[in-house]
Amino acid sequence: MSTHSLNHTIADTTVLTGRSVRHITRSLDTIITTAVMPVAIMVLFVYVFGGAIDTGDAASVDYMLPGILLITIASGVTYTAVRLFTDMQSGIFERFQSMPVARSAALWAHVLTSLLANAVSLVIVVAVAVLMGFRTGAGPLAWLAVAGILALFTLGLTWLAVNAGLSAKSVDGASAFAYPLMFLPFISSAFVPTETMPAPVQAFAEHQPVTPIVNTIRSLFEQQPVGTDGWVAVAWCVAILVLAYALATATYRRKTA
Amino acid sequence: MIRVQGLEKSYGDLAVLRGVDLDVAPGSIVALLGSNGAGKTTVLKILATLLKADAGTATIGGFDVATRPADVRETISLTGQFAAVDENLSGRENLVLVARLRHLKDAVAVADDLLARFDLTDAGARRVATYSGGMRRRLDIAMSLIGDPPVIFLDEPTTGLDPQSRQEVWTTVEALAERGTTILLTTQYLDEAERLADRIAILHGGRIIADGTLAELKRLFPPATVEYVEKQPTLEEIFLAIIGEAA
Repeated sequence: MSTHSLNHTIADTTVLTGRSVRHITRSLDTIITTAVMPVAIMVLFVYVFGGAIDTGDAASVDYMLPGILLITIASGVTYTAVRLFTDMQSGIFERFQSMPVARSAALWAHVLTSLLANAVSLVIVVAVAVLMGFRTGAGPLAWLAVAGILALFTLGLTWLAVNAGLSAKSVDGASAFAYPLMFLPFISSAFVPTETMPAPVQAFAEHQPVTPIVNTIRSLFEQQPVGTDGWVAVAWCVAILVLAYALATATYRRKTA
Repeated sequence: MIRVQGLEKSYGDLAVLRGVDLDVAPGSIVALLGSNGAGKTTVLKILATLLKADAGTATIGGFDVATRPADVRETISLTGQFAAVDENLSGRENLVLVARLRHLKDAVAVADDLLARFDLTDAGARRVATYSGGMRRRLDIAMSLIGDPPVIFLDEPTTGLDPQSRQEVWTTVEALAERGTTILLTTQYLDEAERLADRIAILHGGRIIADGTLAELKRLFPPATVEYVEKQPTLEEIFLAIIGEAA
């Protein structure tokens, strides 16, 4: 890619990101809805089920928060799928594509907007958790690591959402892909220790992406060594990202040939 | 300016275009006339680099749409069948967006100028979601003019508009042609083709079955016979007279 076209791509992506960020700031309800559901689940687990779940020495909210953050991201990326689907439907994508606009800019704009919107939702959820008694002695480096792994997870799920938005036939179809993702934390170490599960469920729980990610974030918050969970978590995120990105760009190329 | 030769396109087993030939001279308005499903939109999408043809060639300003799509995109502008505007943005923001994407220096000035030209200055700060169908169409066409592309495609520009808005769009298209823009428009309304087009091409059965000026097409029919018919005003004339906006 020449410098000239790289500059164009960056300029076009910036303009289009500004557009979709403006969509969000004009419908703040989408960010609030994204945060409300995970907060409700957190309240439920901490105050209702919390007493019945053995979380060891950790306070309930400290134990639950990592899983809640992942649910926040899973529900947040559905809006990316919906926004992309709406763009495809409304004809505005065709306008961009018949113009001298960098092809990849339209997708990257939605991806960057997703990162931004999810970051805001995550901050809201963490703030509520602090109000509910969440405390951590994690230093800046540990927080940076938490932010990094959450960003990587968001990026992976966002590209999955891009696939859903590109291939959906209806708005409902565009958001349906996220339901299994929101369910994954419940069959992981996010809310109950996996040792308490029946053997087949435990086997699944310990070999799906949410468990190592939750364990990594939990260790970082508790200032414990992360161990191999950290590498496994990163490997899962990168694998999801690479696969979803490859699939999405192939679909995009086919749709906009 | 536009040269189409032997264009073919199928969707699965359905052959929509079976060898379309069409020439559009610089600065002229050509209407592509055809019933629903005749393939008018397919022709425009191929010319606008949104679809690939199965066979045949199409060049715009000398650039082949298949091999030089980037150059073609610098030359053209497409106004699709459904107003491709961003409902969440204001009219001005929509125009600024397109001006920025066309890499123009003074995007805001370009937007304000077009708002004035299209009688949208008062509505410029309002969200497009609150616009009427005619205003949306005007904004849509205004967005297509940014960067002064020498070739404009209009896909059924007046479908779904009320008579007043149709007149507005017609006036806009005529003004564009006066500035030297080459226009290829599709329509299913015969009166629209008659009013606007220098040449009319009829797309039927996947081919252009007739192509010429209105006078030439009329000559294809038996000579006119003289009949005496009481002249009744059309409902459109009545409607426009009553609301005081007669053409």
